[in-house]
Amino acid sequence: MVKLRGWVQLFSAVVWNPMLGNFISGHIYRGKLKQICIPALNCYSCPGAIGSCPLGSLQTVLADPFYNFSFYVIGYLLVFGSILGRWICGWVCPFGMIQEWLHRVPFPKMLLPRWMGGVKYGILAVFVLYLPMAGAKSLGLGEPAFCKYICPAGTLEAGLPLLGLVPGLRSALGSLFALKLFILLLVVVVSFMIFRPFCRVLCPLGAIYGLFNPVSWYRYQCAREACTGCGSCAAVCKMGVNPAIRPNSPECIRCGDCLRSCPQGALSSKYGINSTTEAAAAE
Amino acid sequence: MKFIRVLLPLAGVGMLLFGVMRQEHLIVLTKAINICLECVGIG
Repeated sequence: MVKLRGWVQLFSAVVWNPMLGNFISGHIYRGKLKQICIPALNCYSCPGAIGSCPLGSLQTVLADPFYNFSFYVIGYLLVFGSILGRWICGWVCPFGMIQEWLHRVPFPKMLLPRWMGGVKYGILAVFVLYLPMAGAKSLGLGEPAFCKYICPAGTLEAGLPLLGLVPGLRSALGSLFALKLFILLLVVVVSFMIFRPFCRVLCPLGAIYGLFNPVSWYRYQCAREACTGCGSCAAVCKMGVNPAIRPNSPECIRCGDCLRSCPQGALSSKYGINSTTEAAAAE
Repeated sequence: MKFIRVLLPLAGVGMLLFGVMRQEHLIVLTKAINICLECVGIG
């Protein structure tokens, strides 16, 4: 399963970024597929990208004073989130995959304080929702504040390749790029020590999908009668979740480590619209 | 819960289609086919 997830992550990164020739030419894809949002965090200015980042798209529409709300992008997020929840983070997010690769580097590992998981909800509220909408109302045109001031995926996937390939962009660099590069380097260094720090602390898309985890079609369940409370599932969870108590925690990215670790087989995944009790009653 | 699990994706599809009617997808397309200076770090 671990190997399968790794291959799915790699495959999906290629699916979201098939225009590999653009990494040499310095162009970005300009076709109509760009109007479609992909489920994961993948910058639409990445030279290889074939679809749009849902977070960037959401901010763009919110920042437009003519719209000021995005039925289109929120519709995508509702569909993706209600069916898969944070499975998307664990299996098809390229930036999550990169952080996992970095975490494999031999380096002293650390635990993340649990309260830091709440920061991403504040970033979602302020940088993704409030600032673009407020800018649209007060200035006539807002800006994608999360992309502009924080997003390390944009710096890595779009900023560094395009700045390397397009000389004209380099002449416009300033303090903003320094800030974004600092955030990216911070995420890279912390990834050596902490598993997926960006996903756990900063990612607004993970915050959105996490809210769907308890109600999504794909979810985990713990058979209370089989669970002995040995804690082996909590011990292997790199996201700091205790699956025996909260199998559908908003922090769970559905990596499946806990399912394999349970000596009693009490944890399992299921897919469908029936809840555990409804399924048991039906049986 | 079963009702919510059916309602959420249906609401999502409905909102998505309504967004297309409002031509929001064209705003997304316009943004996505040009280099996003905010994403790159130029502003």
